Amino acid sequence: MAEQSANQTGGIAKVVFFAVLALVVISGLLFAPEHVGLAIHPMDQFEIKALFGGERLGTFTPTNETLWMALAVVAIVLVMVLGTRGRAVVPSRSQSVAEMAYGFVYKMVEDVAGKDAIKYFPGIMTLFMFIVFANFLGLIPMSFAPTSHIAVTVVLAGLVFFFVTILGFVKNGAGFLGLFWVSSAPMALRPVLALIELISYFVRPVSHSIRLAGNVMAGHAVIKVFAGFAGALGLFSFLPILAISAVYALEVLVAFIQAYVFTILTCVYLKDALHPSH
Amino acid sequence: MELVAAAALGKFIGAGLAAIGSGAAAIGVGHVAGNFLSGALRNPSAAAGQTATLFIGIAFAEALGIFSFLVALLLMFAV
Repeated sequence: MAEQSANQTGGIAKVVFFAVLALVVISGLLFAPEHVGLAIHPMDQFEIKALFGGERLGTFTPTNETLWMALAVVAIVLVMVLGTRGRAVVPSRSQSVAEMAYGFVYKMVEDVAGKDAIKYFPGIMTLFMFIVFANFLGLIPMSFAPTSHIAVTVVLAGLVFFFVTILGFVKNGAGFLGLFWVSSAPMALRPVLALIELISYFVRPVSHSIRLAGNVMAGHAVIKVFAGFAGALGLFSFLPILAISAVYALEVLVAFIQAYVFTILTCVYLKDALHPSH
Repeated sequence: MELVAAAALGKFIGAGLAAIGSGAAAIGVGHVAGNFLSGALRNPSAAAGQTATLFIGIAFAEALGIFSFLVALLLMFAV
């Protein structure tokens, strides 16, 4: 009996699959644009528009960028505040998500930056949650990914850079410069290494910010490029759906990994500021 | 006038050449991940504690690819 019903559901699933496929192909043929060709505009999705009309974008103009950043903050508040409201011993689904996120970041800070960096855990947790939620909300079709703009990520990375540099000088005084003086190297090499270390220190916020924005932007652009192929393929215009599904799955992974990498590098920089000796 | 056209051409050629750097960074990231995997298969019990190191290594290898991407962006939109 069970086998028969399983077969039946399998059969229904097959019929539904081919019906959807046929529908997609037929609609692709019926509503094909007049100029069939490569009309791909993969970067249009990153355009910042004012929400309530108007051409000029001022400092305080509400745009789609600020809207999706605000939605990310609202989502974080919903998950973290409402999720932990019950404080049950056996957690509900939202509570266990909140606890898992908290424990994940806490362990990362403890492992990478050390026990004495726990003081800065709230800031790092905020950074991680904001990037994760901005990335995932940006993956919703027709939405907007705030982290795809270097203007946003450079603020986050600059914040980390200035905080870590000032903290290093406050905690260690001139001893913070020991970060650039590689004491394990031969004496003759040390000035050269100090120069290289200095350059690599000031390049940190550049790579830190562009890594996040570049990955998110490239992923979204690739999805749009594959979608643009549909017009040129005619009868086979359903094929890009398969490619987009695969790229989308990869992007879900990338959205998390880039937030993780951003946070873990913040922890590494924090460790350098607290223990600058080489 | 021809100088302008040549400059525009050089811009695009330069951006394309800079994109090779991204491919080189991809080789580097593959090296990091592959060596991590071969080490992890020799001693699986020690692998779980080293995933953070893996991601830091990947991030540093990737940073150099990002600089070539940056050069390409600068050539395309800023120069």
